[in-house]
Amino acid sequence: MATAEQDVNASGYAAPETNYINNGYGLKSWLLTKDHKRIAVLYMISISIFFAVGGLFAGLIRLELLTPQGDFSHSDTYNKLFTMHGVVMIFFFLVPSIPATIGNFLVPIMVGAKDLAFPRINLLSWYVYIIGGALGTIGILAGGVDTGWTFYTPYSSTYSNSNVLIVAFAGFLAGFSSILTGLNFIVTIHTMRAPGMTWFRLPLFIWAHYATSIIMLLGTPVIAITLVLMMLERAFGFGFFDPRLGGDPVLFQHLFWFYSHPAVYIMILPSMGVMSEMVSCISRKRVFGYEFVAFSSVAIAILGFLVWGHHMFVSSQSTYAGMVFSVITFLVAVPSAIKTFNWTATMYKGSIVYNTPMYYVMGYLGLFLVGGLTGLFLSNMGLDIHLHDTYFIVAHFHYIMVGGQVMGYLGGMHFWWPKISGKMYPEVLGKASAVLVFLGFNLTFFPQFVLGYMGMPRRYHAYPDEFQILNVASTGGASVLALGYLLPGIYLVWSIFKGAQAPQNPWGAKGLEWEVADSPPTTFNFESTPVVTEEAYNYGPIEEH
Amino acid sequence: MAADHVDHHEHHPYGLAHQFEDMAQQKESVLLGMWSFLITEILFFGGYFLTYLVYRVNYPVAFNEGSHHLDIGLGAFNTVVLILSSLTMAMAVHKSHEGSRNGTLGYLIATFILGGVFLCVKYFEYSAKFEHGLVPGLAWHPHGEQSPQLALFFSLYFGMTGMHALHMIIGAGLLIWLLVKTAKGTYTAEYNAPVEIFGLYWHFVDIVWIFLFPLLYLLGRH
Amino acid sequence: MWTDFPLFPEQASSFALKVDGIYFATVLLSVFFAALVSVLVIIFAIKYRRKSPDEVPRQIAGHIGLEIFWTSIPLVLALGMFVWSTVLYFHITTPPANTLEMYVVGKQWMWKLQHPEGKREINELHVPLGQPVRLTMTSEDVLHSFYIPAFRVKKDVVPGRYTSLWFEATKVGSYHLFCAEYCGTEHSRMIGKVHVMEPQDYQNWLTGGVANEPMEVAGERLFEQYACHTCHKVDGKGRGPSLVGLYGKSVGLEGGGSAVVNEAYIRESILNPAAKLVAGYKPIMPTFKGQISEEGVMQLIAYVKSLKAPELTSVE
Repeated sequence: MATAEQDVNASGYAAPETNYINNGYGLKSWLLTKDHKRIAVLYMISISIFFAVGGLFAGLIRLELLTPQGDFSHSDTYNKLFTMHGVVMIFFFLVPSIPATIGNFLVPIMVGAKDLAFPRINLLSWYVYIIGGALGTIGILAGGVDTGWTFYTPYSSTYSNSNVLIVAFAGFLAGFSSILTGLNFIVTIHTMRAPGMTWFRLPLFIWAHYATSIIMLLGTPVIAITLVLMMLERAFGFGFFDPRLGGDPVLFQHLFWFYSHPAVYIMILPSMGVMSEMVSCISRKRVFGYEFVAFSSVAIAILGFLVWGHHMFVSSQSTYAGMVFSVITFLVAVPSAIKTFNWTATMYKGSIVYNTPMYYVMGYLGLFLVGGLTGLFLSNMGLDIHLHDTYFIVAHFHYIMVGGQVMGYLGGMHFWWPKISGKMYPEVLGKASAVLVFLGFNLTFFPQFVLGYMGMPRRYHAYPDEFQILNVASTGGASVLALGYLLPGIYLVWSIFKGAQAPQNPWGAKGLEWEVADSPPTTFNFESTPVVTEEAYNYGPIEEH
Repeated sequence: MAADHVDHHEHHPYGLAHQFEDMAQQKESVLLGMWSFLITEILFFGGYFLTYLVYRVNYPVAFNEGSHHLDIGLGAFNTVVLILSSLTMAMAVHKSHEGSRNGTLGYLIATFILGGVFLCVKYFEYSAKFEHGLVPGLAWHPHGEQSPQLALFFSLYFGMTGMHALHMIIGAGLLIWLLVKTAKGTYTAEYNAPVEIFGLYWHFVDIVWIFLFPLLYLLGRH
Repeated sequence: MWTDFPLFPEQASSFALKVDGIYFATVLLSVFFAALVSVLVIIFAIKYRRKSPDEVPRQIAGHIGLEIFWTSIPLVLALGMFVWSTVLYFHITTPPANTLEMYVVGKQWMWKLQHPEGKREINELHVPLGQPVRLTMTSEDVLHSFYIPAFRVKKDVVPGRYTSLWFEATKVGSYHLFCAEYCGTEHSRMIGKVHVMEPQDYQNWLTGGVANEPMEVAGERLFEQYACHTCHKVDGKGRGPSLVGLYGKSVGLEGGGSAVVNEAYIRESILNPAAKLVAGYKPIMPTFKGQISEEGVMQLIAYVKSLKAPELTSVE
């Protein structure tokens, strides 16, 4: 039980000879595994590939936008690029990102279980995801789809090319995979907590994943049926959304956003869970206001289902409906603010170490602040009229998704890398990438807020001259950002082969994964079921305030 | 954080999966898992029901007219068949709790047959629609005058009953797997959760039909 | 006109100042909170830097007073912004009574605009300064969105229904018109210009050039061409109701309820006559769906609007 940061090269820790990585060799032992940790690794490899593909599309988009004319690619190609960028990044990277990797790896260990409730369903979720990914790839190779990831009707259901069927079904499968993951987490957290692990002793990472899983379960089926309706219309001309047959194109938007708004909370909540763990560890303090942070996750999950119409203020939705959506959207900002204040208060009078996870914590706070605050501009109905469908929106969601979620994912990967791989990464490179990502990200996306207010619409292949200078800045930033992402891809893999051996608890952190499980853990995580006797983050006794 | 350990190396109860501590935890987990899955199915079909609601309110004339094209006799018959199959399924679960292999097998077979009858009737209904040209997109040539939105009603009819039938077919497939396992004697009085959770699924598919039948076949008939 | 690094479009409508005002207020609020948290975090990171590897700081569980404080302040601010923004939204979406009517049809990938006096434009819209203008819009195919950044105004253009927006231009000049809802291959080329002119110049433009047929005249022609006048007789004795003076009135419907005879109602009655039948009439009107274009429908609407009841002279 470590209370101090151990010297990385000290010989005090003897990792067990057999761990989950070397317990069985061969492709079959990995592709037919039931071990949640191996499944997490399978996901890590696949989502990295999709991230690279989505990133490639983003690079091509930014190259086109260097000049006002549409001279780099044909309009059709450009439209397919931004569509596939969105589809790949959202369905195949962001939604599974933290839950299917770090979540799959840690949820059983953090609650004190040997595995998730349904290991074979876990493996199935990966295969469904891969089949979806393969279908999506076929769709791309067949020529791609140009509807935008939002598949608005009647363009997608009547006018676009028929690759929309393959790509929509690929999204359907990715969604089904996430339902299986969420279902597994909910059951595991409910029924498989170790003796003494009460709800309020759970790490906040678990609370965040629990809230995420609720959204996955309740929201994803609705996008599934929406895609089915759209596919039926495209394939058979059924008429749900085609006004020529009596259908309503705006009904699609309601159904689509009923999932796709909560989906953004699926994407951000896990990274908030990562933040709680990292802030506590780097400050060596309990998270300030534990219950408030835990309940905020649940509040975000619930309120998140009630705001979808804020994507539709100019769609011909009724003003009164709009008012309801607007006020609840303002309200849903409050729990995120509460979390941010609590993380800040955790650092107050802490003992803060300057390591790579700390750099990611600082970066996340800065970027999520901007992303979250710019949401206030958009819940504002009067202002949203001007900002809707402009680059302001693009900047807002990238600040949250990339500035927030991806930084949370990278930070979490660095934080738990010693546990997952049993190796340490080069610290200098870790810090350098965090800085590159932070700087590159801001340079890429901050100009887009200005572009948006100036009136540059999104999904534009060519644009008026006066928008060029900010677009050039944005593309410049994208190159720095790409480098910031490339580096961890290289040195994390390098560390697997050449990195220093990790101790059991390199950060001196609290938690079953640090204090009981090995680095890397054995196949069944614990020698015997742990019994929990204290609350989370118990670095020391609580002072009476 | 952890102070003590709990030992768990001794006997391994029959049917206990390695990740669970004991049969009680396994049963609780498996039941919660199936209920959670059924909640996703409610949301899934819910999208269809919402679409139905919106268009029914907008086009009452077309929907009444569509309703009259459906064979209320066959629909009612199918409803009875499915309710009976839920009864046989409940009996199968009961028998599996008793540990009666033959009892379970018999009732599962009855459930399978009743499900098959339902699907056969659906096949006849669908064929009739093709003949009468009432299948939007594939065979749409209704004769005589009709409401402009009649195609919308039939799109929902085929979409909803089709999705339901797909769930029945998947259920039938799972039922075959259950039959084989039961025949082999896999389930006992202590280990029968798969039968029970399949029962939950089957009842759910039945309930969906109980909503579909009045909404599609009965509404608007005077 | 443009500075080297512009931060916002020209303010060319009566909305622009209001929208920019709420925007800058939100910017200030955001900068305040962002600065507050960032500065605190940086100060804490520096001040509380770990001094020795074994250091364990004082543990604080929380403070309910603080939680209430930093929950209620954002809550109050958020609700305040909600009220301000909703009032603004109502203002932007509620046209005044005296608007100049114009009609817009969007299609892949151009904007077709009609002035009631007859002038038709493609991808250009001329409007007079200082006069409220209302656009009634629809699409022939997919979703589009009519967006004039300098006016801070935008509305989706939806096939199968009418949407509308209004504005009052306050500055002479030419401003961007963009399609702001992705609509296919040439979405980024579905752009144009809005030209704001002095009222006299606008009048000259309207009446100058090639003589165009006023919309209501074109509508009257269609009314006769499609034999509408055989049922909708002026004296009301035909198989359909008289349309004289009908625009803007409320009518009772067969089966209960009522409807206001506005653009959307007239359009629906032409394309789906049985949907909202006037009480006392039979459902015998045929549908003209597929026979009359969206622009033709707008011309018919202009014609119906022009059918005013004879003026009653005042008693005194």
